[in-house]
This record gives sequence, C-alpha cells and structure tokens, in this order.
Amino acid sequence: MNNTDSIKVRLRNAIQDGLPLTPRPFLTLAKSLGTTEKTVINLIQELKDQGLIKRMGLVVRHRSLGYDANAMVVWDVPDCRVDELGNRFREFEYVTLCYRRPRQEPDWPYNLFCMIHGRDRETVLSQIDAIVDRLSLHHIDREVLFSTHCFKQSGGRYVHG
Amino acid sequence: MDALGKKLIDRYQRDMPLTPRPYQTMAEDLGVTEAEVIDALTRLRRNNIVSRIGPVFDHAKAGASTLVACAVEPARLTSIGEQISAFEGVNHNYARDHHFNLWFVITAPDNAQLQAKLKEIECSTGVRLLILPMEKAYHIDLGFPIEWNDNTSKACNHE
Repeated sequence: MNNTDSIKVRLRNAIQDGLPLTPRPFLTLAKSLGTTEKTVINLIQELKDQGLIKRMGLVVRHRSLGYDANAMVVWDVPDCRVDELGNRFREFEYVTLCYRRPRQEPDWPYNLFCMIHGRDRETVLSQIDAIVDRLSLHHIDREVLFSTHCFKQSGGRYVHG
Repeated sequence: MDALGKKLIDRYQRDMPLTPRPYQTMAEDLGVTEAEVIDALTRLRRNNIVSRIGPVFDHAKAGASTLVACAVEPARLTSIGEQISAFEGVNHNYARDHHFNLWFVITAPDNAQLQAKLKEIECSTGVRLLILPMEKAYHIDLGFPIEWNDNTSKACNHE
C-alpha cells in the first residue's frame, strides 16, 4: 500500500461518521491525517467520481421528521422482466431504493426490492397501488413489509478503525 | 425545527460543496452567515434530526455488504434485535410485520470478513439467517424531498 492509498483508507475512516463542523473541515481532517487540505478535497472528489461516495450532505433520520411508515415492498418478478421493471421503478419519486436480490426458495420467492418512506401507512399503500396500476403489475406476487421498530439506523461502516 | 434547518435539509441532502470553507459556500447560497450554518447543523445533529453531515458510501462498491432477514420468535424479537445491533458493521436494523420479522444490513471491509461475521451472528443468536445480497441497483437513495409538517419530534434513539 503506497502513501496515498494509506491516506485514502484513513480518510474514509475519518469521514464515515461525518465531517467536522469547523469552518475549514477539510483542513481539520488534513491535520489529523498529516496531509494537506487540497489532498483531502481531491481525494473526496475522487471517491465521488468513482461512485464510492453516492452523495455528500445532510443524512436525515426520516423517523425524526415523522416519516414513520417505512415500507419494504418485495416482488416476485419473472427473471426476464426484472431489469425492465427495476428501471421503471425510478419513475416514482417516492421510491427511494430499488435493488435486485436473489430468491431463496422455498422461504423467499421475491427478487425485486424497493423502499418507500412515507408519513403513514395509508399513503404508502396508495402509492404502491399507483405503481401496480401504472406498470400493470396486478398479476405479480408482492408483499409489503412495514417497519414496526427501529433497533438501529446509522451510517454503514466498512472501514473499522 | 428552525427555518434554516429546513432549508439546509431541502438544499443539501446531496451536493455539499467541496470548497475549503463549505459552510461559508452554503451560507452564501442561503443568504446567511457561516456561523449560522454551523450552528444550525450542530443543532440538527444534537436533536438527532440528521445523523451526520458527510458522505453516504456505496457499500457494494466500497466494501462488502448484504441485507439479512430472520424469523425470530416474537417473544425474543427485542433481545435478538438488540443483540444483533451490537455487532460491529450492523446498521439499519428494523423489526417488520412479516414472518421474517427482523431485517438488517451488515457491512464489512471485504467478503471474507462479511461471511465470518454472518457465521458469528448465526452462531451466537441461534437464529437462521436469510442472506439477500444486492445483485443489481436500479435506483439508489439520493435523499428525497421532505414534505414538511408539524411533526418533528421523534427520533430513533438506538445509536
């Protein structure tokens, strides 16, 4: 591992819980990592360009804003249609995530997952009905799993310091 | 919540500026001072409305991660849920109304460590895990627009 790689790993570790709330946060980070402010900014830009950082900004706890209905909607979509439908789910602004995952037969027949965050169950259920109508998914098996309790919601950590 | 807090959430769930003084850049954009932005962000964090101001990593690219489901005896759900939350790398751990009633995401630096961690969880809880790794992302969370109303009181307290 060369020096830049090592700084990169330590930088990811340092920012995964958020940037310092100092007037020059990248300088604060640079000092703790023994590098320059410019290097820190460039490395973060690189992580963004590579898609390793999806976004940078305020990470909201939706429950704290009254978004209590967090629904995972799972669908058993024919394999030949999963890409087509997965891409169309993007059209619905209330769908925040959409992933393909493997079926685990016989326990789990569903291969397409999407998340919807809403203020209440009724709204979320009507949003799901709208998806079913617009994409003609009436014949496709689905289940809606509302969250009933949040044990933990934190930024995923992949560098363990 | 104060008006500036709302504006910051509306404008900066993504695209936070990578300038040497990002809070100053944000302040100019919103017509306030840098100190006001830093104060507002500090309050949002302290009140647990935002968990952090910073990056959201794509774990599929940045390391290894998977969604995991388990069917826990309802009487043991709270204790198993808390036990699983305590494992390093576990985040987004939710109870859901389904036969598979506990769902969590776990991340690790690489796949070997991820698999080892999953075995450890299965072994120490005695609960069978349904492993559902992401195969393809069609849409990722870029921070969706908040529709404001008066209910801003609750937070998930389990850090």
